[in-house]
Amino acid sequence: MNAPLIIFFVLAAMCVIGAISLILQRHPIHSALSLIVVMVALAGLYLLMGAEFVAAVQIIVYGGAIMVLFVFVIMLLNAGLEERTNFSKLAGFAGVPLAVALTGLLAAAVARSQDTVQAATQTGATAPTKALANLLFQDFVYPFELTSFLILVAILGAIVLAAPRGES
Amino acid sequence: MVPTHYYLILSAILFGLGVVAFVFKRNIITIFMSIELMLNAVNLAFVAFSQALNKLDGQVFVLFVIVVAAAEAAVGLGIIIMTVRNRQTLNVESVNLLKL
Amino acid sequence: MSILNYLWIIPALPLLGSAINGLFGKKWPNKIVNTVAVGSTGLSFLAALEAVREFTRLAPENIPWVQQYFTWIIAGNFRAGFDLQIDHLTVVMLLVVTGVGWLIHIYSTGYMAHEGGYYRFFSYLNLFMFFMLILVLAANYVLLFVGWEGVGLSSYLLIGFYFLRKSAADAGKKAFIVNRIGDFGFMLGMFLLFKAFGTLDFVPLFAKAAPLPADALGHLGMFTVACLLLFMGACGKSAQLPLYVWLPDAMEGPTPVSALIHAATMVTAGVYVVARSHILFTHAPTAMFVVAVVGCATAFFAATIGLVQTDIKRVLAYSTVSQLGYMFLACGVGAFSAGIFHLMTHAFFKALLFLAAGSVIHAMGGEQDMQRMGGLGKKIRWTYLTMLTATLAIAGFPPFAGFFSKDTILFNAFKYKTFESDTAGLILYAVGLLTALLTSFYMFRLIFLTFKGKPRYDEKKVHVHESPWSMLGPLVMLALLSTIGGWLVLPAYFGGEDYFFRFLAPVFNAPEATAEPGGRSLEWILAGVAVLAATTGLAIAFSLYLRRPGKSDQLARSMRGLYNTLLNKYYVDEIYAALIVKPLLWISHNVLWQTVDVRAIDGTVNGLADGALGIGDGVRHTQSGNTRSYAVWVVIGALVIIAIIFWPSFRPTTIGVVR
Repeated sequence: MNAPLIIFFVLAAMCVIGAISLILQRHPIHSALSLIVVMVALAGLYLLMGAEFVAAVQIIVYGGAIMVLFVFVIMLLNAGLEERTNFSKLAGFAGVPLAVALTGLLAAAVARSQDTVQAATQTGATAPTKALANLLFQDFVYPFELTSFLILVAILGAIVLAAPRGES
Repeated sequence: MVPTHYYLILSAILFGLGVVAFVFKRNIITIFMSIELMLNAVNLAFVAFSQALNKLDGQVFVLFVIVVAAAEAAVGLGIIIMTVRNRQTLNVESVNLLKL
Repeated sequence: MSILNYLWIIPALPLLGSAINGLFGKKWPNKIVNTVAVGSTGLSFLAALEAVREFTRLAPENIPWVQQYFTWIIAGNFRAGFDLQIDHLTVVMLLVVTGVGWLIHIYSTGYMAHEGGYYRFFSYLNLFMFFMLILVLAANYVLLFVGWEGVGLSSYLLIGFYFLRKSAADAGKKAFIVNRIGDFGFMLGMFLLFKAFGTLDFVPLFAKAAPLPADALGHLGMFTVACLLLFMGACGKSAQLPLYVWLPDAMEGPTPVSALIHAATMVTAGVYVVARSHILFTHAPTAMFVVAVVGCATAFFAATIGLVQTDIKRVLAYSTVSQLGYMFLACGVGAFSAGIFHLMTHAFFKALLFLAAGSVIHAMGGEQDMQRMGGLGKKIRWTYLTMLTATLAIAGFPPFAGFFSKDTILFNAFKYKTFESDTAGLILYAVGLLTALLTSFYMFRLIFLTFKGKPRYDEKKVHVHESPWSMLGPLVMLALLSTIGGWLVLPAYFGGEDYFFRFLAPVFNAPEATAEPGGRSLEWILAGVAVLAATTGLAIAFSLYLRRPGKSDQLARSMRGLYNTLLNKYYVDEIYAALIVKPLLWISHNVLWQTVDVRAIDGTVNGLADGALGIGDGVRHTQSGNTRSYAVWVVIGALVIIAIIFWPSFRPTTIGVVR
């Protein structure tokens, strides 16, 4: 039992508890706050793995922008407690078994591939942001430009969608 | 050091929880949030692999995923706003015009 | 231009006539239809004459003369072509078919003058001539079979000519179906011959068969089986036991049809086939014995039925069956030329009998029941005289044609040796002689009932009038032929040659009984016995029907059981209906229709459709319009894909490697 392992388990527990809380909470705002907890814990995990830039981006973009957006929308729409309707029998019956099956499948796949996935080659070295930037702007410049275009389209779409009716 | 497959199993568990939330919750916004949870789980897996294979490509991909998730959240929430305006309710089962 | 190179013209002319009349004749007046029909047949007859004339000038190596026109079937090693051939046997058949056919066409112009469907009748009649000529001229079994089937078709069309009458339509069907049963045997015989010899062309097939050893008596070798199968076809077409039942019913057709098809030509096709295949038959003594026995039995059987029939055409129909039996008897005992000779003379006098009967029916305004005739001899003299000539011929009185042919057959039967003894031959001779007596009896009964005695009809209602010359002309012509037709063999009785057999000798090249020296006295004795039998029959008929007219009814009442059996044709039709037709209908209805067609086939097809409907019904539940269930389906899909991708890593072998 060494320090990284303990930290890992703590952060992992935070993730899982946050996720379960997201499921079990009845008010969407509580679910949103639980999700923020998950994201922060994940950022911690990234740091643990030595991906500092990704951790920072996770906090700034995911936690600071996307979740804020969610909270704003919840406020805008006056979301209340969730209703108790149940029209989909399929979801009721098949939901849990399916999720268990999915998780089990993935976990089994992971467990079986222990041999192929090299474990414990963590060097402890941090990923230099500079190296990441080099990779991003040299090998992956094309997808990078495309994502910027994607963001532009998303902005336009959001504006068009949310504009008030009746205006030309 | 933390073995890589620990991260991967955590990623699988988070993904599964995301699926459960996706299937069981009735509030549209909550469902959307479960999608974000699933994306995060996948990001965790990417970074874990990136670290295990000692290549930075995984992290680059994580950046792209985050960007796309942001764009998707923006547009998706816009759609949700419009839908809710028409139906006056946040229950996803009110979106049932295709029902016979 | 030698017509021998253009043999196809002989059958093509009637075909042309048939087509023209069939397509255009509906609007034409009778005269034009006549001209086309009679003209095409007449031209065909002339062409046949010319072909015969040229044939007699051919060198012996060219005989049989074969013309190959085009290849019809090529399949692997099998080749069947549209090949026509002429040899001596063909010459006889050709002249009979075209000659008698032409006379009957002329007769029909008078007989059918007031009937509806005039053009249709002549179209069918010409079509029949075409097929019969194909049958006779064919140089291989396949083309012969085409003609065989074609005459069956024409027979069906012509029997059912008055198709609005149910009995006529049924008779047509019956003829075709019974023929078909025989054709089944014929086809099997053809297949067997092909398997054995690799070809169905007559010349090469017979050349290959001739040197082979004959089958042993009582042993079912290849020759025997093939010949029996071919004979089965001949039984169907030529109305022998047990497939004769269609011929009496075929009298539903117009009388010229009965004369042409069911007396002179179509029914003789079976005899022709047996004669043509004589090389095969001589290699199969068992088959020949069967042929002889069946022929003899049929002759006797049919004669007994004919004794009591009251419809004038029915008597003649049974008489035809009986005489055909004689022809098969001849072929069975090896006297093929005698069989063909009887075929020829029979064509003359039987056609004449039918045409004269038609004349009587025409004179009586459609009446066919002899019990309502009588005393017509004075009123329709020409009909009476010609019919009397034909009756003398069929009864076997010299010097008419029937005497010579029948006598030769009986003589050859008498000398028939098989199973190492004479017994079979003697029995066949005895039965044949008895049949001759019966023949004479019932034919003279017919004459006496119809033409002699007191009229048994209302003379004021029926105006008996003689037929026009278009009908009488052919009658006279045929009467002439019935008289002199047999004289070709007359010289043999006086120590000379019989020209007919000499003519056919190159075909049959088997020494026949008549060629024996020293057999002359036996011939004279047997001839005398035959004449005695015929005279006895005449005397009995005279006594029963002219001397003491009531005697026949008295006899009928005293032997009521036998009389009824004969009158009802031994109940054969009823037996067939119960044993064969009913079960077949039952099977068709219940098994083939209900089970196979409705349940199995329709069930499968409908079941497929219902299955598709069912599947669709099930699948539609995925499209519920409910977003949450869509979410579940998405998860299920993802699960499936992940399972597929990760499947290799779950297999036991991988784990073994890992551990």
